[in-house]
Amino acid sequence: MMLRRILIANRGEIALRVMRTCERLGIETVLAASDADLNSVPARRADRVIRLGPAAAAASYLSVDAVVGAARAAGADALHPGYGFLSENAELARACAAAGIIFIGPTPDQLLAVGDKLRARSHAIAAGLTVAPGGDVSNHEDAVKLAAQVGYPVLIKAVGGGGGRGMKRVAEPGGLSEALDLAISEAAAAFGDPRIYLERYVAAGRHVEVQILGDGHQVVHLGTRDCSIQRRYQKLIEEAPAPQLPEDVRVRMHEAAVSFGRHLSYRGLGTVELLYDVERENFYFLEMNARIQVEHPVTEAICGLDLVEQQIRVAEGRPLSFTQAEVHLTGHAIECRINAEDWSRDFRPSPGRVTRAIFAVGEGIRVDTHIESGADVPPYYDSLMAKVIARGSDRSQALGRLCGALERSQICGVTSTLQLQAALLRSPGFVAGGPTTDYFRTFLDSHQAAGHAG
Amino acid sequence: MQLTDDDVQAIIKLLETSPYSDLELETPEFRLTLRRSDDGGWSRESATLKTANLQRPAAEVAASTTVGDVARADVVRTDLIDVRTPLPGTFYRSPKPGAPPFVELGAQVAANTVVAIVETMKLMNSVYAGAAGRVAEICLGDASFAEQDVVLMRIDPTAP
Repeated sequence: MMLRRILIANRGEIALRVMRTCERLGIETVLAASDADLNSVPARRADRVIRLGPAAAAASYLSVDAVVGAARAAGADALHPGYGFLSENAELARACAAAGIIFIGPTPDQLLAVGDKLRARSHAIAAGLTVAPGGDVSNHEDAVKLAAQVGYPVLIKAVGGGGGRGMKRVAEPGGLSEALDLAISEAAAAFGDPRIYLERYVAAGRHVEVQILGDGHQVVHLGTRDCSIQRRYQKLIEEAPAPQLPEDVRVRMHEAAVSFGRHLSYRGLGTVELLYDVERENFYFLEMNARIQVEHPVTEAICGLDLVEQQIRVAEGRPLSFTQAEVHLTGHAIECRINAEDWSRDFRPSPGRVTRAIFAVGEGIRVDTHIESGADVPPYYDSLMAKVIARGSDRSQALGRLCGALERSQICGVTSTLQLQAALLRSPGFVAGGPTTDYFRTFLDSHQAAGHAG
Repeated sequence: MQLTDDDVQAIIKLLETSPYSDLELETPEFRLTLRRSDDGGWSRESATLKTANLQRPAAEVAASTTVGDVARADVVRTDLIDVRTPLPGTFYRSPKPGAPPFVELGAQVAANTVVAIVETMKLMNSVYAGAAGRVAEICLGDASFAEQDVVLMRIDPTAP
């Protein structure tokens, strides 16, 4: 079936991103907006807006009833969940099905299979992937034994966590017991699921992920992305393809991701996250994200596909229109996220009104943003304001364009990470390519020591 | 209708061959300003002029978040110390839903006592009493929104 009207159950830049594709495909968009977003740029650009609920996300963007209610009231034939919020929520996918609305995403079973991190781990093992040494623990005694086996430092992770939340690093046996208690109570409070598991902590690791796309039968990969520049497990810069990887490792990563997708008969867009152990030249399965990701533009830049369009096509029940052999990855792309945060005050959020927003335009430059002069950054949601993406025939051209683009961009009224990102892109470790996940901490320390302030 | 990045790119190609270094384009729906910077690169400033096409009447929007009880001192006093929100955000009196509040009216506090949390952009910020004394007023209901600099509570530093 051809989709005619899509309810976008999200906000910010991803809502606008989905709208752009819908407009090009001639699909009507209805934006479900909370009270804080009724006058946002996405709300003003959507064909129609429907009130979702109060500003607090729990009562609006995170409420399955509110979202499905809005989709029904809008007369939408499909729902795009974006990322974050309910995008990987099996209950929403089921409620859509029950209401006769197409959920643009994987099946409820697939969402359940990867949403529970322990279950995802067993699926990965069944699909022939290597997982990081570790496993589930049901009591302290188990944990002590397993941690000794795996070797310190270990990482305690929440089964219901993900997206970098619910993780704790334990350096030595003495700190395990206390960290376990804290992790269990935090997991219960944050995810409603107290279960935790242990994994080896890889010191010199890189976060490399593979984009996959499936139609329920065929699964293809669209190359790698490197997302190793992180702060507290939140990505700051992403690039495609992952630089400085031995070619055989890259090929094995592609194969692993496709195997995992095939094992699930995966339908839709998904990302298989891997941890690359630089010293051992080996990689482990971490988790799968069953949705479109913030960093999807860098993949679009190297494969030439519109990933939202691909999601819509699969949701319409169509088979993939190309094979793996027809996927050509060319050039290089880098994205940096501009957040409303004050890095000099421990990345404290900086909501408020943007008095002026100027973004670069030019060859190979793309800016995905919901911010323009006069726009509000509400204090209720995350702090992402814009993604500046540069593409080039190689990494150094992409990097040069991105640096130039940041120089020509300006955000006033709220404190942003624009200047910090510009300095980071120029730092030797990033320019060289392939930094590990601890790089950002090192960079920040030297940046601070050099006397830079907000 | 919106201009795509490709449209803007095409406009810039035209401008590059012209003597102009800025362009302002306005339709009933949007305004786009393009400027050439000193290094020859271009930047844009956009404005969406369209208003939101809201499907339901605005009257419904008025019904908003649930706001708990507010506890005030009987007499207005000027010697109390204000506890202000560190950031605009949602004011919570307890560490998590269902848990007892950090402090009740009349509770004795030290300067470093956590009296509330304010959630801003998914981050929980602790709010400290800032002065020793007793909680004399709780000015906002649980789970209500605190604008920048709003007074959340008042501490009576003279109370025993």
